[in-house]
Amino acid sequence: MKLQFSPADEQFRAEIAAWLADNLVGEFAQLKFRGGPGDEHMFPEERKKWERKLAEGGWTCVGWPKEHGGRGLSIEQQVIFFEEYARAGAPGRMGHIGDGLAGPTLIAFGSDEQKRKYLPGILSGTEFWCQGYSEPGAGSDLANVKTKARLDEASGKWIINGQKVWTSLAHESEYCFVIARTDPESKAHKGLGFFLIKMDQPGVTVRPIEQITGTSEFNEVFFDDAQCDANDIVGEPGEGWKVAMGLLGYERGVSTLGQQMAFQNELNEVVALAKRNGAAKDPVIRQRIADAHIGLKIMRYNSMRMLSGNSGDGSLQKEALIYKLYWATWHRDLGELAMDILGAEADILLDAPYELNRLQSLFLFTRSDTIYGGTNQIQRNIIAERGLGMPKELRP
Amino acid sequence: MEFAFTQEQEMIRDTAASFLKDASTSAAIRSAMASDLGYSPDLWQRICTDMYWQALHIPEEYGGMGLGYVELVAVLEQMGRYLLCSPYLATVAMATNALLIAGTDDQKTEILPQLIEGKTATLAFNGGSNLWSADAVTASYKRDGDTAILNGQYRYVLDGHSADYLIIAAREEGSVGAEGISLFVCTADTDGIQRSLLPTMDQSRRQAAIELTDLRLPAESVMGDFGTAAKALSKILDLATIALAAEQAGGMQQILDITVDYTKSRNQFGRSIAGFQAIKHKAADMMLRNEVARSAVYYAACIADDALSAGPLADELAEAASIAKSYCSEAYFKNAGEALQMHGGVGFTWEYDVHLYFKRAKASEHFLGNSVYHRERVAGVLLD
Repeated sequence: MKLQFSPADEQFRAEIAAWLADNLVGEFAQLKFRGGPGDEHMFPEERKKWERKLAEGGWTCVGWPKEHGGRGLSIEQQVIFFEEYARAGAPGRMGHIGDGLAGPTLIAFGSDEQKRKYLPGILSGTEFWCQGYSEPGAGSDLANVKTKARLDEASGKWIINGQKVWTSLAHESEYCFVIARTDPESKAHKGLGFFLIKMDQPGVTVRPIEQITGTSEFNEVFFDDAQCDANDIVGEPGEGWKVAMGLLGYERGVSTLGQQMAFQNELNEVVALAKRNGAAKDPVIRQRIADAHIGLKIMRYNSMRMLSGNSGDGSLQKEALIYKLYWATWHRDLGELAMDILGAEADILLDAPYELNRLQSLFLFTRSDTIYGGTNQIQRNIIAERGLGMPKELRP
Repeated sequence: MEFAFTQEQEMIRDTAASFLKDASTSAAIRSAMASDLGYSPDLWQRICTDMYWQALHIPEEYGGMGLGYVELVAVLEQMGRYLLCSPYLATVAMATNALLIAGTDDQKTEILPQLIEGKTATLAFNGGSNLWSADAVTASYKRDGDTAILNGQYRYVLDGHSADYLIIAAREEGSVGAEGISLFVCTADTDGIQRSLLPTMDQSRRQAAIELTDLRLPAESVMGDFGTAAKALSKILDLATIALAAEQAGGMQQILDITVDYTKSRNQFGRSIAGFQAIKHKAADMMLRNEVARSAVYYAACIADDALSAGPLADELAEAASIAKSYCSEAYFKNAGEALQMHGGVGFTWEYDVHLYFKRAKASEHFLGNSVYHRERVAGVLLD
């Protein structure tokens, strides 16, 4: 076991840190620590401009292979990139769905034509993507997708009808990747297709969802005879589930270490508050703060194990299986701790009608962490079934 | 960065697992529990002559294997997993560390080779409190020329009734806190030492009380200079804490495996109870705590290596130890409690092994500081 990064990697760390220090200034300075989860709706235009700045420096898509225009960074250097990005307080990435999901999916499963058509816009920070998976009737039971895709022989186009929900940044995106049923008679994960759909067209309507924070980052997206070209399907009709899930087994969560830097920034704020208002003298609060600190440290160690380890068969290792349940619960607890340190002040807003301070926003937004991307309950099913070989849920 | 066992370390771990699976069976554990000594001397000798575990992290110049704390932790994890009854934690993770950190060259040269050969040793420092630092030291010494005269009591001395050598912490008469702490090493049969076995709820590990009455120790018994050992003691305790946390993580693995196997074989309402979400979700939480515990322990083991070799992260030792111990202590006991519940009635019997782990979990939780104690150590650095 070795904890240190190599001298070459440390030199890389200095390089990205210096680039961020030089460029996260002027008009971009206001974006520091903004646009993260719970704040994703803020400064969209400025953050898109920041994406183009990143692209100029070659700092988008850093994990993509060089042959596809990426930076081809090693796992270690990706870790360092995400750490330094978060440490500098650089803003939440508008391009993260294209960079982290759409692009890698196209690289793995897309045709050459699809790669030529879609990758450059992601690399240059000019085209943004959203993800059309969940539906009103397909939440935890994600395979229960009802959205339909039909190939219209006259026009040669796919015609999409249905509704997606919880679509982050749909109103800011050029494209959406959508799983839809190509075989209307099919059930569950069979008979699905994976489509690349342009958002700016008459058949697509985006309606923001007002969240418990009073803000809207998530949307409903309605497809009413929306269209895409015949070759805007990734893989064959019927392979949509395979494409949608394809990367999950191999994704080792490199970006998680960056997420943890953002968590560290939040924890620092909570610690500073407790020192300021005297709560740091309370023995119960001391225990809870120490617990949060310890929990975040171990989160980091666990990620380091995830990144270093290799199950050998591409399946998730045990320390990776538990990761979502662990961080989501930790983050939710941090929000509660922040409120309990504030005490009665927790209820007082910055301003009417509903302007939350950062900690209030943290408290409310973290309730979504244990729900999206697989609820804590679904995570426990997955851990028990895949990690411990316990019987699968009955599927009638 | 490569935060995973090397192939060689995996081999050490796997060898330990297969050896202990055969050697530390339920019958062997119960036989050791019922004995006066608390462990099998034959097995202890086999560990010494066949496995070389006593020699693992002792430098080659003293006849050891010169490996690191990561290797030690890999073995300790398996010892906790198979609930090995042995004076290993006391001898290797406490006394050997004390000699490595604070011993004079003469002491190391004389005693370490004997420990490698199978002699046992332990550390006596705690006068009977729930403090696990120099503050716990109540026994005192006064100097008489080159010799020291020691008086006082100790509790919670692991394998203290049977150890061949004692490392003793005492404070200069009238001193408080970290001031005036000295470490001594002597054979346990020296006049002035009275040892008595403390019967324990966790019968898989023995504890003793020790009373010193005008114990006279020569200058050769003093480890380092008089009155300056508080720092060394704290380092010794941090290293022991990490070792104990490794055992805890291993115990968690076994109790999870036993429990999952049991729920798969137990049928109620016409199906295996492992299929009920009420059971699956408990098991999932147990696995989460087990994996997280392991991550904390492995990190602490790397830090321990740095602490023993003056590596770049040596200063993180106290925090890493507290992180590992605070997490593992609550997690192991929580998992053992869940295991007992998931076994239902048979978990309450003496016949099933669940109670052995349940009791070990509670005893280990408090020894060397429970979660509250270690969190407060972390809080002190963070908040004061």
